[in-house]
Amino acid sequence: MSALISRRRFGQGLGALTIAFSLIPPALADGAKLPGDLAGTPRLDAWLRIDADGTVTVFTGKVELGQGILTAFEQIVADELYIDPARIRIISGDTAQTPDEGFTAGSQSMEYGGTALRHACAEARQIFVQLAEKRFGTHDPSKGEMVLWHHDGSIQVNDRKVTLWELAGEIDLHREATGTAPLKQPAALRYIGKNRPRRDIPAKVTGGAAYVQDIRLPGMLFGRISRPPSYAAQLADFDEARVKKLPGVVAVVRDGRFLGVVAEREEWAIAARDELARAAKWHEEARFPAESDIYKYLKSLPAEDHVIADKGGGPAPASHVSLTGSFTRPYTAHASIGPSCAVAQLKDGKLTVWTHSQGVFPLQRDLAKALDMDVAKIRCIHGEGSGCYGHNGADDVALDAALLARAAGSRPVKVQWMRDDEFSWEPFGPAMSIDLRASLNEVGAIVDWEHHVWTNTHTTRPQKDGVNLLAAWHLAQPKAPGKPLMIPQPAGGGDRNAIPLYDLPRQKVVHHFIPQMPIRVSALRGLGAYANIFAVETFMDDLAKAAKVDPVEFRLRHLSDPRANAVIQRAAALAGWQPGLPGGTGKGRGVGFAKYKNLSAYLAVIVDVEVDRASGKVRVTQAKAAIDAGQTVNPNGLINQTEGGIIQAVSWTLKEQVTFSTEHITSRDWVRYPILAFPEVPAIEVSVLDRPEERSLGAGEAAQGPAAAAIGNAIHHATGVRLRDLPLSPERIKGAFG
Amino acid sequence: MAIELTVNGKKTTVPAAPDTPLLYVLRNDLELNGAKFGCGLGQCGACTVLVDGKPIRSCSLAVEEAVGKAITTIEGLGTIEKPHPVQKAFMEEQAAQCGYCINGMVMTAASLLQHNPKPSDGDIRQALAGNLCRCGTHARILRAVARAAGETAR
Repeated sequence: MSALISRRRFGQGLGALTIAFSLIPPALADGAKLPGDLAGTPRLDAWLRIDADGTVTVFTGKVELGQGILTAFEQIVADELYIDPARIRIISGDTAQTPDEGFTAGSQSMEYGGTALRHACAEARQIFVQLAEKRFGTHDPSKGEMVLWHHDGSIQVNDRKVTLWELAGEIDLHREATGTAPLKQPAALRYIGKNRPRRDIPAKVTGGAAYVQDIRLPGMLFGRISRPPSYAAQLADFDEARVKKLPGVVAVVRDGRFLGVVAEREEWAIAARDELARAAKWHEEARFPAESDIYKYLKSLPAEDHVIADKGGGPAPASHVSLTGSFTRPYTAHASIGPSCAVAQLKDGKLTVWTHSQGVFPLQRDLAKALDMDVAKIRCIHGEGSGCYGHNGADDVALDAALLARAAGSRPVKVQWMRDDEFSWEPFGPAMSIDLRASLNEVGAIVDWEHHVWTNTHTTRPQKDGVNLLAAWHLAQPKAPGKPLMIPQPAGGGDRNAIPLYDLPRQKVVHHFIPQMPIRVSALRGLGAYANIFAVETFMDDLAKAAKVDPVEFRLRHLSDPRANAVIQRAAALAGWQPGLPGGTGKGRGVGFAKYKNLSAYLAVIVDVEVDRASGKVRVTQAKAAIDAGQTVNPNGLINQTEGGIIQAVSWTLKEQVTFSTEHITSRDWVRYPILAFPEVPAIEVSVLDRPEERSLGAGEAAQGPAAAAIGNAIHHATGVRLRDLPLSPERIKGAFG
Repeated sequence: MAIELTVNGKKTTVPAAPDTPLLYVLRNDLELNGAKFGCGLGQCGACTVLVDGKPIRSCSLAVEEAVGKAITTIEGLGTIEKPHPVQKAFMEEQAAQCGYCINGMVMTAASLLQHNPKPSDGDIRQALAGNLCRCGTHARILRAVARAAGETAR
């Protein structure tokens, strides 16, 4: 061990040069899993290829969604292999080439995908060292002989030097990872932890091909779908000839109540779609519950009750004050700016689909089921799409394109949904209803806490059973969707973050899981965390008020995790938080905090609002946030994601709600589904608490819940009005003034 | 059906019907990726191009309306190697997440700076009020436009 220490010291003195440990790796402890997604795909060559031409090719099942993940991977690989990032090619999300890492979702890409890559690179580096030693002879640390790494991918043993590229042919990665190669020491990191410009941004600001929407293949046709007017509508009559005779129409596809058209030009496909709608006569039924009654309706449906926390039983303690509160969150749209798109080509019995799905492998399997094809005959290749923030129409449109490609000979077909397709058919973020009850003792400590949340499943992505692709349910021989899944704790789905991080000696938290879905729903950024944190953090402010304690102080008193305290204190310092600022002035300030999933990033945010009493309009003027996501790979990327999370949450919280009649979704465009616009956007500052000694934590979904609660708390401070139903709309605020 | 257009300073003929929205001609006939289909309703701004220097929703403009006018797309502003000051500022501020709306932001900002080289924060917000971004990149976009204004004014 002493040799190790002396070598480490030596390395630190060298600046750019650092040292590798060419130790024989110890085996992983019995039963221990390989790190991250190496556990599912242990072969090193599944992740990495080192070529004699001086390049490294990285294969990852995780995909770019605008969150900057591929740039972060580039930093990890460059650091761990000691190479220039410009040498890295990344192949991402291709069922023919990359590991199956499931979905790029839940802020887990760094924890699982990044970790796997880092360990795979460390292990490749270790193999490289062993080869170099074979060539140069082993070094003897006791004689002061060293293995030195240069950041150009070369290694130096004493005075002899060799590069990764020279040994590329000998570095045998066709072997299983051991998971034990030592990682580069934090002090030696050159890219991880530093700002790095995103690799995808230059093309995106200059008109480069960046998206599935930009794919052009020889002979490519354009397709559009004409959906039923409502979920349960049945096709009564269809005059196919009307559509077929339009200019440039190559094929009209009717399969059950799935209607689509393929045309030579995009505008012709769109015109033919309009004609499809006129050529079809539908029987509609009123199947939706009344919008005004939706929460009552959901609570009336059969539910599976899961007690997810039950602490400190026995009789309730004597309490000084007891509070109750009921909260609701409406159906919320992903509302991607670019409607979902896919390109499909069926050639020689093989189907290729270019898709912005978050999970190309699960999509491949669902496509096989939907099309009754052998899964080996289907290849799904990821390309970027417009930001999705969860499960939008990306998977659905892939099946649409495949169904149209079957009618297009062997020519590729590009299908993009129209705006109303996206708004009326995407699976929304589920409606939620939450009841809270808590008690304080005479010294203002929380002695009892009870949380009930009623909601549907928060994921209907492609899964093992059934087919979770829209068009599959409309075919003449329809496929049944999969059984609604409940994501278990500790991550949770609808009950995500329903268990507060606060020290609560006695608590009961119940997830009332409602399998029946009156309106199609699935994963929206943060899942249940958004509304659960909104409820918990609103309640914390109400309890603080009842206890006559400053809300920041009240939270700190109930937290024993020092990292939680640190983010709250940092946000408070950033905002210049002062206890006891007078309320009711029309201007207010509020705080919100959570540790996402109780497993990922810690985030606290303080927002300032101005409320116009006459109109009920709220303007969030400023947001100051602090985030601890463990070891930060790209601080600017983390800040970008966090700023975005806060702004998106301001939009959800003040404005957003899917509307519906008893037949249809009625919020089908941006006028009826408004989102936050530039004049309404707050000034934002995000401070990162970097912890290089801690593992990287998922961060993309950390901000939404705390931001929502901070806004509600600030409105309460500004006006004395407490709103518990989302969105906190002008009508509701005006209504509360009476 | 052939229509003559001037796009990014070059004359070109496209085989489109006169009522075809300009967007599809740019994307499919001229293979320009910049302008994006977002809504087809003129509500989101993703398809913005400049027509005689004014920001126009190309999804809602018939191609015949653009005949004889100078059409500029984001490709005509600059390249990765030689970016327009607005493009450069967007790169420097890392003002994109998914980036799908960014075409409209860049085009609208380029037009703003041409007419108002020293816009206030309020001016920038007003100019971009009709451009939607869903990722919440607004704060960076505002910084990028302000930075570009600083550079063009210099």
